[in-house]
Amino acid sequence: MDWNVIINNLPLLLQGALVTIEITAMSVGCGFLIGLLVALAGLSRFMVVRLLAKCYVDIIRGTPLLVQIFLIYFALPMITGQRIDPFIAAVTACSINSGAYVSEIFRAGIQSIDKGQMEAGRSLGLSWAQTMRYIIMPQAFRAIIPPLGNEFIAMLKDSSLVSVIGFEELTRRGQLIIAKTYSSFEIWGTVAVIYLIMTVTISQLVGYLERKNSVK
Amino acid sequence: MIILDKVRKSFGKNEVLKGIDLHIAKGEVVVIIGPSGSGKSTVLRTMNYLEEPSSGKVIVDSMDLADKNNLNEVRKEVGMVFQNFNLFPHMTVLDNLTLAQTKVRKTPKQEAENIALALLERVGLADKAKAYPNSLSGGQKQRVAIARALAMKPKVMLFDEPTSALDPEMVREVLDVMKSLAEEGMTMVIVTHEMGFAKEVADRVLFVDGGLILEDGTPQEIFDTPTNERTKSFLSKIL
Repeated sequence: MDWNVIINNLPLLLQGALVTIEITAMSVGCGFLIGLLVALAGLSRFMVVRLLAKCYVDIIRGTPLLVQIFLIYFALPMITGQRIDPFIAAVTACSINSGAYVSEIFRAGIQSIDKGQMEAGRSLGLSWAQTMRYIIMPQAFRAIIPPLGNEFIAMLKDSSLVSVIGFEELTRRGQLIIAKTYSSFEIWGTVAVIYLIMTVTISQLVGYLERKNSVK
Repeated sequence: MIILDKVRKSFGKNEVLKGIDLHIAKGEVVVIIGPSGSGKSTVLRTMNYLEEPSSGKVIVDSMDLADKNNLNEVRKEVGMVFQNFNLFPHMTVLDNLTLAQTKVRKTPKQEAENIALALLERVGLADKAKAYPNSLSGGQKQRVAIARALAMKPKVMLFDEPTSALDPEMVREVLDVMKSLAEEGMTMVIVTHEMGFAKEVADRVLFVDGGLILEDGTPQEIFDTPTNERTKSFLSKIL
């Protein structure tokens, strides 16, 4: 065990971790918006809209994220003729991927709310949209904090896949350092510990949010 | 005030309403009784289109509910109280009462709160304004639900088995509130199993079974001299 390799390369790895956090936060953020829209589309009155939402979810969940990253980074430019910045490709692929999972979380959350709540809202004269906004969503959101936290953690780990397109997040930084130092054990060990610290921190935050928002 | 004209309703192949004709006048208190699965709740729920009829017309306050533009107009005027209360658990009692006032009626917040507090006073729960619904007993929840519906100043109140989910000792407090509403001249339609209450408060009792109104009359007529065989057999089982 060579502690010096770890200490010398720690700043580089931590920079990589910062990039990992950045890409994860952006992807989950965009994925949250996509997921919300897709979930609402899935509850739409119009069959075509529902069908589109279902196709999106089925296609994204039914194919590996790695393939999705390749499609966006390598295959898309062949059609458009435009090279894509690795960061944009990474965030796009992860957002689209996360959106499918988040939409299912939202759908389950919305459907977990008793249908009497919608009836009570509508019977008071509130529109469907108002009932959603003021009555259903605030309750659904509470219910989905834990699965959303899981999604955040899963995304943080899955973001390591974007290392394959040369994007320098934590995993890629690790690979590059090992290529120079051959210290596989020390660096992968450190990389794993950094991931662990990040995921544990997230689950603590989620636990805090959950307690803060628990039903009074 | 409320007119149902040949209202039919099917869920899939199961026809639960087989042609309901009904006129309810302003100020009338109508109690609907009948065995479970008879369609009595469904009749009530067509009156604010929580159940859209498969055919037939529902007209409330001279507005045809089939017209979507009328629907929200009518729902403002028709309060509904549910068996399971359906209070909004993430809001305080006060917010439960002010939400629709401010969002639908556009009442200023302060005025909405004053209306809400006056109604809570009336149902005997002024001290619960800041409480959350889950901290209340069943009877208190149902009284809040009644106050919430009244906050919209409705012209009609619909009650769907308002005491069926309550512990026996809490039934009275809810019925008392309903009785005082009836005495004030509110138009009310009530689905209930509380026959004592029906006798005492109703102007008119409907017996519904098999998706049809089988008997329609004063409480005396229905309870003392029922003519329909199914009414007789139903009453003999429950009285």
